[in-house]
Amino acid sequence: MPLYNEGQVVREVILQARAVFPNIVCVDDGSSDNSADEAAAAGAVVVKHPINLGQGAALQTGLDYAMSDPSAEFFVTFDSDGQHGLDDALAMVTRLSEEPVDVIIGSRFLDGRTKPGRIKKVVLKLAVIFENVSTGVRLTDAHNGLRALNRRAVSVIRIEQNRMAHASEIVAKIGQNKLRYAEHPVHIIYTDYSRAKGQSVWNLVNILNDLIFK
Amino acid sequence: MDNQIIIKIVLIAALAVFAVFLMLPGSGARHLALRRLSMIGLFAIAVVAVVFPQLINDVANAVGVGRGTDLLLYGLIVVFIGNSLAASRRYRHTEREVTNLARALALAEAPKPGSHQD
Ligand SMILES: Nc1nc2c(ncn2[C@@H]2O[C@H](COP(=O)(O)OP(=O)(O)OP(=O)(O)O)[C@@H](O)[C@H]2O)c(=O)[nH]1
Ligand SMILES: [Mg+2]
Repeated sequence: MPLYNEGQVVREVILQARAVFPNIVCVDDGSSDNSADEAAAAGAVVVKHPINLGQGAALQTGLDYAMSDPSAEFFVTFDSDGQHGLDDALAMVTRLSEEPVDVIIGSRFLDGRTKPGRIKKVVLKLAVIFENVSTGVRLTDAHNGLRALNRRAVSVIRIEQNRMAHASEIVAKIGQNKLRYAEHPVHIIYTDYSRAKGQSVWNLVNILNDLIFK
Repeated sequence: MDNQIIIKIVLIAALAVFAVFLMLPGSGARHLALRRLSMIGLFAIAVVAVVFPQLINDVANAVGVGRGTDLLLYGLIVVFIGNSLAASRRYRHTEREVTNLARALALAEAPKPGSHQD
């Protein structure tokens, strides 16, 4: 779970998640609020970056940590801002254990549950086209933080994009390594809290920059 | 005016060299050496320009630029772009190192998996 300044909500998010997933590692990315304490109080392992590196870097750190437990078979990336549904995450892990796939990516566009703003929808759709063309991996959502991976997938996908371009990087690496992938319909919950805090569509420019100038 | 094509070729070639430079993985030593050589080159050009201002004008005319000052401006722009590219490249390299360092530190301070109690 990447964590950055979500002190208001993270405790509740983790408490609920722990009922389903007992082992949770939260990567606090130099939050300036009480996020790390809240996460620890809720019973997650908290790994703390000394400085803010970005969501992509936090995901990689969390996956490194989780992979160091040899008994861990499946890994889920889950936002700490309460936008993801536990039922979706659980269904994805179940599929991962039953179907011949290495990685399952959430998509908010496979059913009608998610209501993103109009601009966000257009930007995401454009990003989907870009990713499909540039990576050959066919997906319907471009930037979905809910993913389930097995050990094989985690070991070959090394996230080097520290910030938001990691989502496209993961898709590219799925293609390069010929991982078996599937999509799963997920509900992204847009509350006033998440809308106020979420990503600006301007990030599109930053993401393209990060992808081009590696 | 028809020899303006020369300056166009020179400028585009310089920018193309930067682009290639940016794509190449590049070893640390070669980069450093090239950076230092271009510094020396620039220094030499600057000295010549100060001592023989007329020379700049002549060169400018030869490559199809009206005045020496214009040529200097073009040169400045090219050097500025090259410098920006080199700096951002160095920045990304440093960022990667900082990430590895911060990650190693974060993981070293974290409890061992499995040992976690609540
Ligand atoms: N570690 C870390 N996590 C971050 C950073 N920025 C955001 N996050 C976390 O990443 C998750 C998703 O962040 P959001 O900013 O909501 O991004 P998003 O969900 O892709 O975009 P929206 O659809 O606008 O909500 C949340 O759990 C954040 O706490 C960061 O710089 N570092
Ligand atoms: Mg969000």
